[in-house]
Amino acid sequence: MANKHEIVEKNIGLLAIFAIIAISFGTLVEITPLMFMKDTTEPVKGLKPYTALQMEGRDIYIREGCVGCHSQMIRPFRSETERYGHYSVAGESVWEHPFLWGSKRTGPDLARVGGRYSDEWHRVHLINPRLVVPESNMPGFPWLEENVLDGELTAKKLSIFKEYYGVPYTDEDIANAKASVAGKTEMEALIAYLQSLGTALK
Amino acid sequence: MSTFWSLWVAILSILTLVLVFSLLYWNMKNYAGVEEGKSMGHEFDGIEELNNPLPAWWTKMFWATAVWAAYYLLAYPGLGNYEGFLGWKSSIQGIQTIAEGKEKSAKALEEGYRVQYDTELRDAEAVFGPIFEQYASQDVKTLAKDEDALEIGKRLYLQNCSQCHASDARGGTGFPNLTDNDWLYGGSPEKIKETLMHGRNAVMPGWSSSMGEQGIKQLTAYVISLSGREVDATLAKAGEAKFGVCAACHGADGKGSIAHGLPMGAPNLTDDIWLYGGSERAISETLRHGRNGVMPAWKDILGEDKIHLVTAYIYSLSNNK
Repeated sequence: MANKHEIVEKNIGLLAIFAIIAISFGTLVEITPLMFMKDTTEPVKGLKPYTALQMEGRDIYIREGCVGCHSQMIRPFRSETERYGHYSVAGESVWEHPFLWGSKRTGPDLARVGGRYSDEWHRVHLINPRLVVPESNMPGFPWLEENVLDGELTAKKLSIFKEYYGVPYTDEDIANAKASVAGKTEMEALIAYLQSLGTALK
Repeated sequence: MSTFWSLWVAILSILTLVLVFSLLYWNMKNYAGVEEGKSMGHEFDGIEELNNPLPAWWTKMFWATAVWAAYYLLAYPGLGNYEGFLGWKSSIQGIQTIAEGKEKSAKALEEGYRVQYDTELRDAEAVFGPIFEQYASQDVKTLAKDEDALEIGKRLYLQNCSQCHASDARGGTGFPNLTDNDWLYGGSPEKIKETLMHGRNAVMPGWSSSMGEQGIKQLTAYVISLSGREVDATLAKAGEAKFGVCAACHGADGKGSIAHGLPMGAPNLTDDIWLYGGSERAISETLRHGRNGVMPAWKDILGEDKIHLVTAYIYSLSNNK
């Protein structure tokens, strides 16, 4: 047999194509089946779509880059579940687009922060974290208290989630979306979102 | 996983491995047309390129990964629905309720699976379970004198409660001080435990619309006067006349719901301890807009045995003097 290996060694374009084919096997095996498995596509029993206000809060969470320092994924280790609660399961994230699991824990995991603190605590903490946790190195987000939502895009956001991702919003939810967020502060929206986290698995 | 996807994963995984190792095997042969160890015919400044084979230590390690891959796929769940001969799982997944998870855990244990997370919990329970059990059987007042119990209670407190009540337990604006023996819902071990287990939701309504600015001013003056501070006597007098609605929760004398055996957690207004601040401005703010203090419920997060120890720690803060 001749030295056919030389062909790949001397054609960088061909090498790239082969490399992509080789890597795509990983995707085909590890990701594709998850899109069709009941384990990963069936919501947990208590899962509710985000309310209009929570949805706005979620977008603020994304905008402010919270995901850069806070994960939302409790791994099945005792050392984690002792602190954060039951480990996260796939069914809790089926309506998350995009998911905000994160991979960095400068601050604590927030996957089950819902109901752990009062709304007032969150308000004080988001304005200046040091007021309640003196050693905290989290930045303050005082403008959340001042920025008021107009709700212009809220209905559109909900209908995108309904149409493209199959999140079961009713027509009524979408029709009322704007009215239920307009005039609320970003602080209220973010707190509503935080208080909903991790409460679906009961 | 359906049979199709299971086969998909299994076949593609095995195929990939076979391809990788065939590639290695194929490249073990000498295709260069030059004998091993002989010159390839290039020479640069007296340095020659020899036709050397892949290093033996490197190829042996590569083959070792092949052996490991085969063992791994037989022992652990890697090939679709095949579960591996070790019966190992990281944790119970694909559950829809916590109850379902518990059921599946018990079933997996019965069937001889080794669920790593459940094993971790079981091992920890074997070590810590008896300790918590022993403390759970003692009453809070006894534990409040037991240094070891208090140390555990304190750690749990620092981990879970200090975010609001502060690490010295002296609280802050809106978050009660736990060391001053002034209680909203009662300072007996039973009441503290009840608060921890089920949480509390305080409801102080706002009075700005029904009382008006002048009314708020008068009530503020009266409330301040209750703890013996000096105020405008006319305003306070007018405030006293309006205090009737407040008395439903705070009592006619303003001593709070505890003093009157009421359950709603309305603070004593006569002791000069102020949850939301005692300045004229803070008090009128409270009267105007109301306050909704929330103590979260910890039953599901910490469980009763741990709460028992936290109760002892909190009880000790104002009773171990």
